[in-house]
Amino acid sequence: MFRPFLLACAMLTVSNLTRPGLQPVSFAVEAGKALAIVGPSGAGKSLLLRAIADLDPNDGDVSIDGIERRSVPAPRWRQMAGLLPAETGWWADTVGAHFTSGKPDEASLGQLGLPGDALDWQVARLSTGERQRLGLLRMLMVQPSVLLLDEPTASLDEQSSAQVEQLLGDRLAAGNTIVFASHDERQVARLAYAVMSIRDGVAEPPEAVP
Amino acid sequence: MSQYIALSYWDVVLAAVFLAINGGLSLWLDLRLEKQLLIASVRMVVQLLLIGIILKWVFAATSPTITAAMAAIMAVFAAREIWARQERRLTGVWGYGVGGGAMVFAGVLVTVLALTTQVQPDPWWSPRYALPLFGMILGNTMTGISLGLDTLNATVHRERVAIEAQLCLGATKWQSMAPFARRALRSGFMPIINAMAATGVVSLPGMMTGQILSGVDPEEAVKYQLLVMFLIGGATGLGVLLAVGGGVWRLSDERHRLRLDRLQQTR
Repeated sequence: MFRPFLLACAMLTVSNLTRPGLQPVSFAVEAGKALAIVGPSGAGKSLLLRAIADLDPNDGDVSIDGIERRSVPAPRWRQMAGLLPAETGWWADTVGAHFTSGKPDEASLGQLGLPGDALDWQVARLSTGERQRLGLLRMLMVQPSVLLLDEPTASLDEQSSAQVEQLLGDRLAAGNTIVFASHDERQVARLAYAVMSIRDGVAEPPEAVP
Repeated sequence: MSQYIALSYWDVVLAAVFLAINGGLSLWLDLRLEKQLLIASVRMVVQLLLIGIILKWVFAATSPTITAAMAAIMAVFAAREIWARQERRLTGVWGYGVGGGAMVFAGVLVTVLALTTQVQPDPWWSPRYALPLFGMILGNTMTGISLGLDTLNATVHRERVAIEAQLCLGATKWQSMAPFARRALRSGFMPIINAMAATGVVSLPGMMTGQILSGVDPEEAVKYQLLVMFLIGGATGLGVLLAVGGGVWRLSDERHRLRLDRLQQTR
């Protein structure tokens, strides 16, 4: 369904990453694996994901497959490490106008439970859940090798959540690396191979998910 | 200038009678405007009498230093006005710097060009020509820039999520802010476009009216007014463009991040 990825197998390495509200954190995620970030609201999960995507001033080294973040122009970096924020942003009237890197086919839309004419919809009439799924699809069209997902199923019902998890499973099988924040213990158990907990801006070393 | 009719101060006082009637009406109808009316008219009288004395002295002095100092004082007041008219300002010196810098650059450039190539008084910086011209250009550029920057800062703050969504998809800071910068440019340009469209039909410009009242041939007055409108339009356009560009530059950084931390919180 999605074209083969250029950087299909991506190892994400983070060392001494820090920013206001976040103590230095180091970890690595293997290609084809998902790391879950858990912790209470306001602990710094979103701050960490934003820092990896270089959306706020931060310090530290991040690399994907040995490619250093500082050696890549920021817009290109954000295409390699695609961030799906908890709140998706929209800047045009119709859904389709937001797919700047190509339009998804009907099968891709269908996999997330969206009809084929979803691209013609008015953004103003989207539900929160539709926004979240279309935001994910829009980000995947850029073909990032690392996916940074901030509570990707927070506003979805059970069926849609399962569809999103299925899609993410496909991406892992294709060699993508995923870092996702979640409040859902069962989702963490289903998707992640390791889990890192954050509290008051301090991250514990990742632990393997049994 | 042969038909110029000099006014006595008594004539001026007589003209204020209607304003006094307004004040009385406000008292009678309990509009509570009389205090503001009184303060505003007293301020106007004091400010204009003072500037009359100062200009008389500056014209007599014909010194380039004094003329430049006078222009600098005008620019400082206008820069402060740009700062004051924004709801959300850039933090630190940038709050004054971006708008004020763009205004001074555009205003000085256009005024000097007009004085040296078109009006050509002798000497070219002659305060009688330089200061009124600079003032008219500065005032209009100030209005445009303060509208443009106010719109930019408010819009970028409101559309944070939409801008960052584009950045996340690999857009540059210029691409992601272009729709909002365009909106800011439009609101900065609007007053001068409106003024040009309405002039001569809806309103007779103050400067032209003044020249006609002082006995200048209407055709000559129109030529002067056209020159001034073109200068104002050019300076406003350049100033608004520079200020909005500077604002976008300051609200983002070299890693193409949106830097709303460089914007003041509103009270």
